[in-house]
Amino acid sequence: MDHVLEVDHLSIRFGKTEVLSDLSFNVAKGSSLAVIGPNGAGKTVLFQALIGSLPFEGTIRWAPNVGIGYVPQKLDLERDVPITGMDFLQARSRRAQGSDPEISRVLDLVGVSREASESVIGTLSGGQFQRLLVAFALLGNPSVLLLDEPTAGIDEPGQKRLNELLCGLQEARSLSVLFISHELSMVSQYATNVLCLGHQRMCWGPPRKILTPDVLREIYGMPVDQHVHDD
Amino acid sequence: MIESLVLSITVAIAAGLVGCFAVMRRMALAADALSHVALPGIGVALALHIHPIFGAAAMLFFGALMVWAVEGKARVGTETVIGVLFSAALAVGSMMMTGEDLVGALFGGAGILSWPEILFGAGAAILVVSFVVTQRNNLVVILVSPDIARTAGINVRLLNLFYLQAFALTIALGLRYLGVLLMGALIIIPAATAKRVATNLTGMLVTAVLVAVAATVAGTWLATWLHRETGPLIVTVAACIFLVSFLRR
Repeated sequence: MDHVLEVDHLSIRFGKTEVLSDLSFNVAKGSSLAVIGPNGAGKTVLFQALIGSLPFEGTIRWAPNVGIGYVPQKLDLERDVPITGMDFLQARSRRAQGSDPEISRVLDLVGVSREASESVIGTLSGGQFQRLLVAFALLGNPSVLLLDEPTAGIDEPGQKRLNELLCGLQEARSLSVLFISHELSMVSQYATNVLCLGHQRMCWGPPRKILTPDVLREIYGMPVDQHVHDD
Repeated sequence: MIESLVLSITVAIAAGLVGCFAVMRRMALAADALSHVALPGIGVALALHIHPIFGAAAMLFFGALMVWAVEGKARVGTETVIGVLFSAALAVGSMMMTGEDLVGALFGGAGILSWPEILFGAGAAILVVSFVVTQRNNLVVILVSPDIARTAGINVRLLNLFYLQAFALTIALGLRYLGVLLMGALIIIPAATAKRVATNLTGMLVTAVLVAVAATVAGTWLATWLHRETGPLIVTVAACIFLVSFLRR
């Protein structure tokens, strides 16, 4: 299929609460999909269903032999656990029969120093840790990246660098990228399509069609300023 | 005597390795409670005139299965269920035994090792150590994020089940020396000590094994010297090493 992912009539419920209802969209190979919406709209829940962590109704079809790299929004890990960034990366690399040079390469790509990677992960700053998670996701040459607010906690230059990196990787490796973001300027700049999850309605389409004041007001329940780039 | 010491060192190595992941997964209390479930198994085995270790191992197998099943149901309070059921197991087991049998089951005791015990102990210890060593990378990824582990192709549910069974098997291995009440301590205290002093995963695994083995050897030697039971002395030595670790930072 030309799509790396096809989702049909997806519904997810926790007990009697329906978090996502009758959601359908697809992602073309090599394209990027931004998932936006207010807090509690089910963006992270959608990602968890896509990776098989949550039960759902409907259909989720990944293209054959898809490798997924996933960067979660947050982790429930004690800060004093003596696991270094290198322990974490080596665990992934050895599973995929990767090598230490490959680890060095992804660390360089995301801008994490060797010294920082040998620190206990609980002592890393939020930004360093986020970049470590991106490095982990890149190991094993995935064809799809799922990024849940990848630039959260990263300073402004770091965000720019990470966005450019992901954009460059997407072009160089024909990666398909699905990312959750609250930064609408980044969404309009990098996304091929936007999936909008609101409490009352959902919509899907190119940024020019979705990131309009009327649609955003309906999704967020209040006026949202957003300028869509013309290029 | 030599077989007993070698076997207890092997058990200590397994306990140190398994304990590291138990402590990092924040299941120290659950681990302690799980060991209690062995008691009814020992009681039934004694009543049926079969070796107590097999009754304990069978009950621990089902206990670990229960923890695994409860873990899969996010809305059920795992620790509450474990606390209630496994304390109840301790109560039921205590009613099934009296006198020396009960004291031995609770605190462990010296005695001549039988061949079934030696063979079971050696085989099970090798199995547990092999599991932790070969699955170390997968266990680390699951520890950091089960969701990331799934996308890396790791069968999280299955590996969690195997880990819990390795844990239960380790408890069964040490019941002879430390009993139902103290075996959880040999798994948790060395790992908790290692977590305090280690700066990476390999350091933690090695330190936990060294502390567990040192406590076992020193405790056994002290027990012979002081004419006391082995189990309480092993745990006391391990606890002393843990307290000393506070001096480091």
